[in-house]
Formats: sequence, C-alpha cells, structure tokens
Amino acid sequence: MAPFSYINKIMKSKNFLSWQRCASLFSLFFLIVGVFSPLQSFAKEENFQDLLNQLSTKDFSEKFNIVEEIVQKNNPETKFILNALLEGKIYSIKSTKKVVFTVKENKKFTTTGLVNNEPLGVFTKSEVTKVRINNKIRKKIKTSLALLDLTHPDESIRLDAVKSTYKSISKEVVNTMQLLLKTEESEVVRNSMFVVISVYNLHSDNPSERIKAIENLKGNLEPIVKVQLKKLVDNDLNEGVRLKAQKALEIIDSRIDINKTFETLFFGISFGSVLILAAIGLAITFGVMGVINMAHGELIMLGAYTTYVVQLLMPNHIGLSIFVAIPVAFLVSALVGIIIERGIIRLLHGRVLETLLATFGVSLVLQQIVRTIFSPLNRAVKTPEWMSGALEVNGILSLTYSRMYIIAFCLIVFFILVLVLKKTSLGLQVRAVSQDRNMARAMGVRSNWVDAMTFGLGSGIAGIAGVALSQLTNVGPNLGQAYIIDSFMVVVFGGVGNLWGTLISGLSLGIINKFMEPWFGAVLAKVFILVFIILFIQKRPRGLFPQKGRSAEVN
Amino acid sequence: MLLSRILINDKGGKIFLLILLLVTVLIPFLNLTLTADNPFYVSTYTVTILGKYLTYALLAIAVDLVWGYLGILSLGHGAFFALGGYVMGMYLMRQIGDRGVYGDPVLPDFMVFLDWKELPWFWNGFDQLWFAVIMVMLIPGALAFIFGWFAFRSRVTGVYLSIMTQAMVYALMLSFFRNELGFGGNNGLTDFKDILGFSLQLESTRIGLFIASSVALAGGYLASRAITNSRLGRVAVAIRDAEDRVRFIGYRVEYVKLFIFTFSAILAGIAGALYVPQVGIINPGEFSPITSIEIVIWVAIGGRYTLYGGVIGALLVNYSKTVLTSAMPEIWLFALGGLFIAVTMFLPKGIAGLLSTRGTKR
Repeated sequence: MAPFSYINKIMKSKNFLSWQRCASLFSLFFLIVGVFSPLQSFAKEENFQDLLNQLSTKDFSEKFNIVEEIVQKNNPETKFILNALLEGKIYSIKSTKKVVFTVKENKKFTTTGLVNNEPLGVFTKSEVTKVRINNKIRKKIKTSLALLDLTHPDESIRLDAVKSTYKSISKEVVNTMQLLLKTEESEVVRNSMFVVISVYNLHSDNPSERIKAIENLKGNLEPIVKVQLKKLVDNDLNEGVRLKAQKALEIIDSRIDINKTFETLFFGISFGSVLILAAIGLAITFGVMGVINMAHGELIMLGAYTTYVVQLLMPNHIGLSIFVAIPVAFLVSALVGIIIERGIIRLLHGRVLETLLATFGVSLVLQQIVRTIFSPLNRAVKTPEWMSGALEVNGILSLTYSRMYIIAFCLIVFFILVLVLKKTSLGLQVRAVSQDRNMARAMGVRSNWVDAMTFGLGSGIAGIAGVALSQLTNVGPNLGQAYIIDSFMVVVFGGVGNLWGTLISGLSLGIINKFMEPWFGAVLAKVFILVFIILFIQKRPRGLFPQKGRSAEVN
Repeated sequence: MLLSRILINDKGGKIFLLILLLVTVLIPFLNLTLTADNPFYVSTYTVTILGKYLTYALLAIAVDLVWGYLGILSLGHGAFFALGGYVMGMYLMRQIGDRGVYGDPVLPDFMVFLDWKELPWFWNGFDQLWFAVIMVMLIPGALAFIFGWFAFRSRVTGVYLSIMTQAMVYALMLSFFRNELGFGGNNGLTDFKDILGFSLQLESTRIGLFIASSVALAGGYLASRAITNSRLGRVAVAIRDAEDRVRFIGYRVEYVKLFIFTFSAILAGIAGALYVPQVGIINPGEFSPITSIEIVIWVAIGGRYTLYGGVIGALLVNYSKTVLTSAMPEIWLFALGGLFIAVTMFLPKGIAGLLSTRGTKR
C-alpha cells in the first residue's frame, strides 16, 4: 500500500476516489500468472484447502489477506469460491475447522467440499459458522471477479468485465488493463480499456497527463466520463485543465443531444410504423369502397387474440409462434371482414353514414364476443426471445430489437401491399373500381367480387397489425378502440385512397408525436396532434395527397 | 296561436307534447300524494331516472336537428352535452362552499387535494346561477361555432366531418382526463350539495329538476320545430339532399349550417346542464366517443327527420339499457351492437317511420 499513499493523499484532498485506499500491488501479475497456471497436484489441492480453512478466522484483515491469496492462486475454483463468499454460502464446520460450500434449506446445512465437490454431510445450525465478510472484502472480491473475467475467451464477457470496473477504477485495475491492452485482440474491448485508463489518468497529479487524458476522452459517451469530467471542471486547481475539461464536456453534451434526438426519431419512426400498420388496411377499404369500417379496430384486436391462441396451441415454440400467427391472423381477420362486407356493407351500398353506424354495431358485438370467450381481462402474449434485448450503439443510445422488427415488418407489409396493388390482376381491378366504379363494371370487372376481396385484404392486414401490436401493448377487448381514431387520423391526414400518403402521414404523425412528448407529456401531445389534424383538414379537406378528380364535390 | 302555428302539420309532435304534459303533471302528483305501498306510487328514484331520460331526449332532438334536417352526422354531440354538464357542475361545486371534505370555503375538494392555492381564473363567476346558465349556452355554442366556422367554410362534409367531430370529442376527453386542466381530472366533479339553496337530496328538488327537464324538452322541441318549419329549415333540408345545388343557386350554405349546428350544440349543452344535478356527477367519460355515437343510435332507432323520433329512441334505448345492464350486463353490448346493425339495415326510418301513416320523403 505504501508506494501509493502519496497518490491517496492527493486523491483524498480532492475528495476523490475513496476506494483507492485499498489499492494494492499484488494483482499486477496475478492474471498473467493465472492464465498459465500449472497443473494442480494433489499436494496443491491440500494446500489450497488449508488456505481456505484459514477463512474461519474472526479477524477481517487476516481474511482480507487470505482472499487476496486465493485470488492470486487463481485455481479453477476461485471464481466459484469468490461468488459463494459474496452470497454468504461459505461456512466452516466447527468440529473439523474445514471451510465448505453450504446450501441452507429448512434449517439443514448441506455441505460440499470447495475443492473436490465431495459431499460432506448435513449439519445443524449449531455445528457450523458462516464465514462473514465486511464491505472492504466485498469490494475486493467484486473487483477481483471483474479482473478474472478480463481474460475470458468470450469477447462479450471481456467487454462486460471492463465495463463493470467503471464504478471502481483503481490503480490495480488500470495496471492490469495496461498489461492486457497489449494482448487484447478485440478493438471494442481495447477501446473500452482505454477509457478506463484515461479516466484514471484524469486524476493524475501531472496537469499535462490530465490534459492528455481529457483529449483521449473527448466525445466519449460513457456516463462515467461525463461525471468525472464534471468533477474536474468544478474542482481542478489548474485552470488549463478546467478549460479543457469544460470544452470536452461541451462536446460530449452536444453529442448526447444528437443521440437523444436520434433516439426520439427512432421512437417516432417505430410509433409511426405501428400507426401505419393499424391504418393501412383502413386506407384500402376506405379508399376503394368509400365506406368507413368502424369495426377495423376490432379486426386488429382479433389478430392480437389469434396470436394469443396460436401461442396457447404451441407453448414450446414461442419463437416460431409469431410466424405461424401472421398468416393465421390474416386469414381470421380477412374472413370476418368478408363476412361483414357480404352481410352488411354490401346491403347498405351508397349509404355511407349508415354503414358507419352498422359497422360500429359490429365492433360492439365483436368486443363482447371476445369478452365472453376470453374474459374482459388482458391476456398475456409472450415475446419471443429473438425479439427481446437491445442493440447498444453507444453509452446512451440503445435501440430495442422489438421496435426495429416492427419498423421492418411495417415496411415489408407496406411494400407487399404496394406490389399486390400494382402488379397483380386483383390490384388492377381494385384500382379500376376505386377510380370509376361504373366504368370498371362496364369493362367487365366484377365489382362485387372486387369489393369483397378488397375488404378481405384490408381486414387481413388489420389482423397482421394485431400480431404486431400484441408484442407492444396489452391484448384486451379494448385494444381496437385505442387505435381506431388514430388510424382514421392517419388515413384522413394522408389522403384517402393513397397508400404512399398513408405511409408518409403515419411516419410524420408518429415522429411529431414523439418529439412533442418531452415538452407536453403524452396526453397533451396527442391532443395537439388531434387539434392539428382537425385544423389541417379545414385547409386541405382531402388530406396531404388527394386523389385527383373532376367532380364538383371534390374541392 | 303561436303554438298552433308551430305545430301545424305535426301530428306526431302534438301527440308527443300532450303525452309529455300528462307525464309532467302525473308523475309528481303520483309521487307526492300517494304512499309507498300504493301500486301507482312513483318513487323519487324513478322520478330522477325519468328526469335523466328527458335530458337524453333533449340531446336526441339536438342530434336529430343536425342529422335528420341538415345531413351532418355528428359523432361529437356528447362533447356539447358534457360541456354544458361541466359548466353546471362548476356552479354546483362552488355551491358546496366549506362543506367539502377539506372544508375550504372557496376551493373545491380536488383543488385542495392537488395543493392549489387559489381558484383558476376560469372558475370565477360560477358561484352565481345566472352566470352559469349563460355559460351553459355560451360555451357549447362557442365551441360549435368555432368548429363549424372552420369546417363548413372549407366544405368538409360527409364521413370526413363525422370523423372530425369524433376527433374533437376524443381530444376533449383526453384533455379533461388531465388534472392540470382544472376540472377534477379522472374523477370529474361530484359530491354536489345543493342548487339555489335547495338540497339535491330533497324530494321536492328532484321533482323540480324533473319538471325543469320536461319544460326544457318541450321548449327545445318547439324551438327546433319552429326552425324546421321556417324557410331556413327548408333550405337546411335542401342542403342535406343536394348541398352543391343549393350553393349554386346562391344560398350561403355555410351560414345555414353554422346556425343550426350552433343552435343544436346549445340545446345539447342545456340538456347536459339539467342532467348533471340529477345524476350527481360529471366526469370525462361523458366525452368518450362511444357515448356520442350512442346518441346517434337513439335517433336512428327512433327515426330521424321527425324530432320526436329521437325522443322515442332515447327513452327506449336508455330504458332497455337500465334494465339490461342490471339484469344481464353481458347481453347489453350484444343488444346495442345488434340494434345498430338491425336498425340501419332493416329500419332506416326508425320506429317513428313505422308509426307514421303518412309517408315522409326520406
């Protein structure tokens, strides 16, 4: 400890890094030694057990030294022993003074040997004592564990180990890193180690060293860097260093701003994708047939419940269930949609407002059916493993996979739909009917059949949207209601009968919404969007991209 | 004299007003004179329920006026109803005075709870009934005027207009759910004590409110009928059937629409103001899009383009709702949904259409 006491003094005077006190020399080489540790002989095993047995001492500083020695030996069991110590699972048997691994259950203490895993019998509470540790030892163990992981063959574990030292950067950590830097192959891990060393150097007593460290850390987004730079700005005695740190901090702040903006943009795009998925089916039915299907939200809900049922049917293949659910949900919703079209909408042809009311009635019935079958409570739809987790771009920005999949999924659905409308004969007929129904019929298009297919297509897409939504929100009978008004807004804003309009309006509404949220809160942001659209429609009654026509009623 | 001129050629209206008069006299009479064990006794609870239905009926007339006579399917009339209710609620809140849970002489309970120090400016004046009554008409009217001013001038029609009205009511609901708006947030306004010094729990107050609702309903009906009988009303029907032709002839379509839409909103506001003291609470749920669309179905069932049809529909649907939701809550949504489908498909003229012997056009 002595060689570093002068550092400690400086550190303390700056109210800095109190954990430095326990810095010690030994671990400089232990890792390197540990990697090449020779084969263990029986004698060695005995020695190691003897060393462990000394842990039964009551003296904490003695225990500290023993822990250090255990770490230095770096036996295969070391990590296990250290972890067990942290968790309080190491006991010593009073009669033999042997220190063992113990599982406590129902007041019985089942013990096994630490070195060779042999069962050593079951004891009662009075026959064993726990090996207690204090905070100093705990900290020591944690650091040592992290350092042990630094040589793990798996790159991601090495990276995690480096990052886990951020909280307690000490001389020994830095020295180890400097040694490892030469052998480390992964650039990501090297950069991360470099951050650790530079953060440590921020507190060097040589101002030029500190400035160098600041230069190295410029633009780094790890939270620890920001915290330490802030400390320098506030406390450093050297003005040059303060200024440099201030500048570096400003660069970091502006980078954080950029990243935050990017994150909001990402949230906006993913929210927009959800809106597009929900609205695009509506855009088709509204655009082609001119009828408003108030039950559209319930068709989305049916898709979500289909996902739930599919997962119930294949509980062991949750990852696969989504891929099964997509076509099934499409078929279920499309079928219900076609029934609605054949049974109700066709009979109300030309009476748009009545259609609106009748389909609203359908939506109530569908809701109540679901409520009766599945109960009014929300159902839990599982998220497959491959959708969970996040892509960490840097210290602040992480993009969740589920959102990325939603964006990709939305785009795929959109472009498939565009292809269907542009390249298939059904698409041709759909466009013909939407442009001029009578003329299309005169040319031999079966407009009734086209109506049914269009409605089926739009409803099926709603079902697919339901699959996507089941991964994002609660699946309950009211799922559809929550999205129906939003979907209308997207369609009306984009211009009816225009898929690209729907894409653009969905994305822009999603992005605007997410950018307004930090200022006004989620609810008020939504209110503003609604008011904005109400006003917008006054200005352009046919939306962003109106269909061209020559009728007197089209303005 | 004036009455007979308004009700000329309106057999249904005459019958309706006659029945209304009869009910208004009979119900309080039965309630006050008979004892509880008499089979013809009408409990105060029933009087209040009937009073509530009458305000719904007035609301239905307001919707029929814009839908049946002007062709505007408003999915947002619940907004005007609820606004009228909130205005009345504010008056009733101020009447509580220091009898609230927290005993603050000026601030309503929820404001004390939110740790507000003084009354927001827009709550001033609501301790006076005359002010509140003006606001009951002014605020829904102003909202309808502004909304209509923008919408009708830029010729937003048909389903677009319907969707816009729905967006309006949805936006209002979201806003009123917020505590910061100053109207009690989620819980709304409740715990009312008295109106004009009369306790709301008293039998006589309840009967008074019932009679007031009935008078308002009759007045609303007569005023609406007067409008539909006038030249303005005939232009309105023409607009409903062929808006562009009316415009090409030279009428200022948007002014006609604006007048009737605003008038209808005021009627709805009055209905809301009478509704709140009888049910004793107003909360943002009244703004929910479903509530508004339910009003439309009353009118559709009763028969639009008749005015009294809306009354029939409102009474019938709400009576079945009261019965069904307490007897079989599961069935209610099925029944309501089924009604929507059945009426629009098989009964386009509603019940009034079935009853009337003379064929009305559309």
